[in-house]
Amino acid sequence: MKTERIQMDHGAGGRASHDLVAKTFMPALANPILSELNDSALLNFQDVRLAMSTDSYVVDPIFFPGGDIGSLAVHGTVNDLAMRGAQPCYLSVGFILEEGLEIDDLERLLASMAEAARDAGVQVVAADTKVVERGKADRIFINTAGVGVIAPGVDVAGQNAKSGDLVLINGPVGDHGIAVLSTREGLSFQTEIQSDSAPLNGLVNDMLEVSRNIHVLRDPTRGGIATALNEVANQSAVGIELEESSLPVRPEVNAACEMLGLDPLYVANEGKVLALVAPEDAEQVLHKMRQHPLGRQSCIIGRVVSEHPGRVVLQTGIGGRRIVDMLSGEQLPRIC
Amino acid sequence: MKYQDEYRDPELAEKIVMAIKQKSRRRVRFMEVCGTHTVAIFRSGLKELLPETITLISGPGCPVCVTASEDIDRAILLCRQPGVMVATFGDLMRVPGSDSSLQQEKARGADVRMVYASFDALELARQHRDRPVVMLGIGFETTIPTIAAAVHQANQEKLDNFLVFSAHKLLPPAMDGLLSAEEVHIDGFLCPGHVTTIIGTNPYQTVVDRYGKSCVISGFEPVDVLQSIQMLVSQMEEARCEVEIQYTRAVRPEGNPKARQIIEEVFEPANATWRGLGSIPGSGLKLRDQYRAHAAESHYDLRVPPGQEMPGCRCGEVLRGVCTPPECALFRERCNPANPYGPCMVSSEGTCAAYYRYHQE
Repeated sequence: MKTERIQMDHGAGGRASHDLVAKTFMPALANPILSELNDSALLNFQDVRLAMSTDSYVVDPIFFPGGDIGSLAVHGTVNDLAMRGAQPCYLSVGFILEEGLEIDDLERLLASMAEAARDAGVQVVAADTKVVERGKADRIFINTAGVGVIAPGVDVAGQNAKSGDLVLINGPVGDHGIAVLSTREGLSFQTEIQSDSAPLNGLVNDMLEVSRNIHVLRDPTRGGIATALNEVANQSAVGIELEESSLPVRPEVNAACEMLGLDPLYVANEGKVLALVAPEDAEQVLHKMRQHPLGRQSCIIGRVVSEHPGRVVLQTGIGGRRIVDMLSGEQLPRIC
Repeated sequence: MKYQDEYRDPELAEKIVMAIKQKSRRRVRFMEVCGTHTVAIFRSGLKELLPETITLISGPGCPVCVTASEDIDRAILLCRQPGVMVATFGDLMRVPGSDSSLQQEKARGADVRMVYASFDALELARQHRDRPVVMLGIGFETTIPTIAAAVHQANQEKLDNFLVFSAHKLLPPAMDGLLSAEEVHIDGFLCPGHVTTIIGTNPYQTVVDRYGKSCVISGFEPVDVLQSIQMLVSQMEEARCEVEIQYTRAVRPEGNPKARQIIEEVFEPANATWRGLGSIPGSGLKLRDQYRAHAAESHYDLRVPPGQEMPGCRCGEVLRGVCTPPECALFRERCNPANPYGPCMVSSEGTCAAYYRYHQE
């Protein structure tokens, strides 16, 4: 069936998003830097290596448990830079405001952005605002772009995974997606789950201090860890094996997922990092992660193998095996 | 999580697998009727733990999958009516009808809302009194009582803008239809746990009495499914044939009389057309006369041309357990969740989607 219009699936971060990038954006915009398809672009200026990234934020609702669209817009771009091993320095921010947005809400969001920027050690150095008529946007959309500096000797990219690497994560998955979902109109379940939205550059810095054998870093946002690890498996042409029993998921998140028919592997995170680390350095990196406030619950969830390149395989809790595919559309609730 | 972790316990699972391997001698084929079972089996990788003697085949128990393409076309027709808001469970959004899907209609401007419960649709009707709100009634006995309760409530509140398009399906007549066609060999059924919480065990007695097929009503966690298979194997090896309940923590033999009562109050049996199984007498439901004002077809002409299914799509055979998804020429390369040809690839509970997502070739 030919799809001739943009549908919500195209924005879900899964296969439809990938197809849109590959078939529609790349033919028009491709160049060697963009075509690497990493979270940040790598720019070489003589001796200096810069990372650059941009991201837009359209979350609904704009205030959610554990964060808001303002802090999220800072964390998201800071994290994209950190996933290249860069130290984020400067951000630009663009606002699209809907007619009728309350100035009080805008002020709250700006205060939250300022605090997030301070926390992450970045400065907002350029900004722009546009206002559109009521109904042409949903209260507020934010775009941020950022640049950061990559220290000499750091080489982190999606193509670098090697057979034998261990897969580390800094804590339980799925908190952000479930926290936002729980506040959506028409979804009447109550939870205490907070978004994990946080700047990861401090944690990543600590990790890079103890090891230069961190091959890949990924923040599993839309599409969850399943999609992020599939991307790495493809980029590096390796297989990845996950252990279901080692996957950290909060009981509340698990319960919400069971109820809504969602798989935590595909639920969005905004403060998690997946690290693929050479086995000889993994313990050291894990130890360092656990000393950081954002890494107390870090653990090893899988490993990179040379078999089944491009595929992620899960060893299930009861000892079976199954593949973990990329998200192929918006995760939809089940009927019964 | 309580009532979940116990049923995903690897040691317990291993014990049951050992017991099955010791007991199983005859080659047997069991059908899991329910889509949720299909997904549970694939997600836990359970098939590869079973001995060669046991074959599991997937049945017609995915509500979206068995919805006839004419009914999808009717839903699309409804969302194209001026002023109409359509409320639907999310799974239905991507299912292709003859020439469109609800998702495509939404992208073109139709007002299609995803809801998680029938009472959310009722709330939409309260908020938009000036617009018809049509709830798409898709699903089996588990969902039907909630839709019936919403219609009953709308009737009491005189919410005459709350309409239902009933394409509901009843499972026991479908099992009967499958068996009477004698197209596929089945030794026993893993019966749907949640449907049975409503209908009770009585309807399966027909399957036992008339067709001599064993029935075990199963829960949905890996250990539940393994234990149910163990119970079916025991029946086979001991030459017994009866209805047994494995899912005792949820299912009572008498089911839920209150839920059945509200269905009975609001709906009456009707013929229904199933994708793959064709027309089965008494396998659907329509609103009773006193609730007809809430029926979408009372307000809109829902006659559509015969549905067009994609050429080469074998969803019908997959739903009858006649073929497995990889045997379909379209599977994977041309038909996948991003670009589905048939409903079994669309629904999260569809057999093709389960094979695609979880099955290692």
